Amino acid sequence: MRFELTDEQRGFAASLTDLMRSADAVGAARAWAAGDKDPGTRLWSRLAEQGVTALVLPEDQGGLGGTLVDLVVAFEVLGHGLAVGPWIESAALLPHADGAMITAAVPPLAPYAVDADVATLASGTAGQTLASIDTTRTLVAVAGPDEIPADAVDRAVLAASAELLGAGERLLSDTVAYVKQRRQFGREIGSYQAVKHQLADVRIALDFARPLVLGAALGDVPVSAAKVMAGDAARRSARTALQLHGAIGYTRELDLGLWINRVRALVGAWGSADHHRGVLAELLREA
Amino acid sequence: MSPQRDELPNLELTEDDIAFRDEARAWLAANVPAEPLPSMDTADGFRAHQEWEARLAAARWSVVSWPQEYGGRGASMVQWVLFEEEYYRAGAPGRVSQNGIFLLSPTIYEFGTKEQQDRWLPSMATGEVIWAQAWSEPESGSDLASLRSTATRDDSRGGWVLNGQKTWSSRASYAHRGFGLFRSDPDSTRHHGLTYLTFPLDADGLLVRPIAQLDGEAGFAELFFDDVFVPDADVLGEPGQGWAVAMSTTGSERGLSLRSPGRFCAAADRLTALWRSHGAPTAFRDRVVDAWLGAEAYRLYTWGTVTGLVTGRSIGFASSANKVFWSELDVALHETALDLQGPEGERFSPWTDGYLFSLSGPIYAGTNEIQRNIVAERILGLPREPRGAGA
Ligand SMILES: Cc1cc2nc3c(=O)[nH]c(=O)nc-3n(C[C@H](O)[C@H](O)[C@H](O)COP(=O)(O)OP(=O)(O)OC[C@H]3O[C@@H](n4cnc5c(N)ncnc54)[C@H](O)[C@@H]3O)c2cc1C
Repeated sequence: MRFELTDEQRGFAASLTDLMRSADAVGAARAWAAGDKDPGTRLWSRLAEQGVTALVLPEDQGGLGGTLVDLVVAFEVLGHGLAVGPWIESAALLPHADGAMITAAVPPLAPYAVDADVATLASGTAGQTLASIDTTRTLVAVAGPDEIPADAVDRAVLAASAELLGAGERLLSDTVAYVKQRRQFGREIGSYQAVKHQLADVRIALDFARPLVLGAALGDVPVSAAKVMAGDAARRSARTALQLHGAIGYTRELDLGLWINRVRALVGAWGSADHHRGVLAELLREA
Repeated sequence: MSPQRDELPNLELTEDDIAFRDEARAWLAANVPAEPLPSMDTADGFRAHQEWEARLAAARWSVVSWPQEYGGRGASMVQWVLFEEEYYRAGAPGRVSQNGIFLLSPTIYEFGTKEQQDRWLPSMATGEVIWAQAWSEPESGSDLASLRSTATRDDSRGGWVLNGQKTWSSRASYAHRGFGLFRSDPDSTRHHGLTYLTFPLDADGLLVRPIAQLDGEAGFAELFFDDVFVPDADVLGEPGQGWAVAMSTTGSERGLSLRSPGRFCAAADRLTALWRSHGAPTAFRDRVVDAWLGAEAYRLYTWGTVTGLVTGRSIGFASSANKVFWSELDVALHETALDLQGPEGERFSPWTDGYLFSLSGPIYAGTNEIQRNIVAERILGLPREPRGAGA
């Protein structure tokens, strides 16, 4: 029964979730964006101690020898809790045993190295620094990065998909909580069908993206399928979350925007929906 | 990429499962009619479909999950889904018996007496008796609990007398027996005081009037009851408990059983082939990919559900999410196929036929608006809508 998560996987997810909550991951993300990397670095170390960067590294290289499903489980939690730092690069693209913060540029899918201002650049020379729509990500141009093997890149695409799924889930649950208590015209806005149906559609989109993310981890479908569906579902969740929060959602003060901008960044990073639909179309053309 | 569909993603199949699947595949390859049967909503097509059901039954493929004694193979949930996958992959005909075997039989197994099971199930399995669902009424669509057709007690004859009108009853134009809900307690409101009854469609006092559907065929019918007598032996479950009896089947209607992934995978594969045969135009690339993605998502989701069921979870309200997803996927998939064909797409073909059928998906089995309400209220926990008086 490979489709069911094992107790071990559930336990791992729960321990990462607890850790992120107790360490105030969102506060760390805000500090990170403001230039104070200390809380984020401390959280990084604690997650790394749980083995996140070594998760899919083979045991003979000092790793945990986990499966891609384990990777998906971890990244969904990272997305849900808004982890900062180059996790996709350090845990999926270039997994390693010592927990270091590693980053890389993989043009054209991921043209900039994220957080190269604090992380070790795996290859090439760091150039100009650019701002991201997601203020918790610093983009660094890289000259002459090494070519990275396709299976490593696929892992990164998968991790980004799982992170999108986690962020989409978080945006949905925060919005559900909000519409249950916000009242207008004498009723909770969540009792209005125009509001309900939008949230139902987000629930459905996430429900049907999840099996493709798991399916890609199990090798049943290409990772491109996961990225397209998870990206579309997360985007829908983000748009709906903002709309249903009204103006409060449009403020920097509310945390919601942190996830909305994270989703937007990851929808583009590691291959756009257009890119991945193109990959799938090629396969279908030749089928 | 369709060859991947040979490999079942998430379940380790036993040797038995594989033998079962291979046997089904071989039988279907040798027996599925080369030419599509005429529409089951025509008199000839209905008969042709009944003959197909009989052939399936003779080889014991008509109701694989049923026990042996009623014509089944006692197949497991996993094997049942495997069979459905093979069935649609082989391009086998739609099931004219589906209302009986998918909607009614679970209720008969759960609430029927042994005598009723012995009386009804075998002829359902062979397709000899085709059943029609008579739930909707002219004034009771989405709000089924507002139904008004009555069942009046007749102690002298030991049964019930039915009056009123049912409508949109699929295949009732040609079918043999019906099943539906009637208000048996005149003082009751909504889902109280209802009784679940079955009846022959040629009963005295029952008028069946066929209604042509969008494709022109008499796919459904309205039923007029004028003092139709039904003996106690044909009541399913306890009198007055009809709502609970009926609701036990709606989960299977919306969820797994009515729409196995094989249908959408087969249709997505046909769409991909159509796209290729038109030179794989870039303008349709995204829509074709999305149809394929939707079918894959549905397939994997279904296997996830099966895994859950096998390990003891129930589908619950997820069947509502499921219903919205497959019905919208089906419309998108068929619309893409017609758009892709440009002006040629207007010509009547299996694609236009499938398109017209797909349009009804968001309406029947609980409209998608109602399903979204269920997802929002039962899964997301949002406040219930204010309901009218008597709700
Ligand atoms: C092809 C086909 C086959 C069918 N076969 C059968 C059959 O075999 N047996 C049978 O009993 N019935 C059958 N039906 C009937 C089907 O179950 C009903 O059509 C369905 O329940 C909707 O009822 P209605 O058509 O009266 O629409 P209504 O309930 O009048 O709805 C009309 C519109 O209003 C919307 N609406 C209604 N209430 C709400 C609400 N609370 N919130 C938001 N929107 C709402 C609906 O979603 C819909 O869009 C069939 C229908 C079709 C199309």
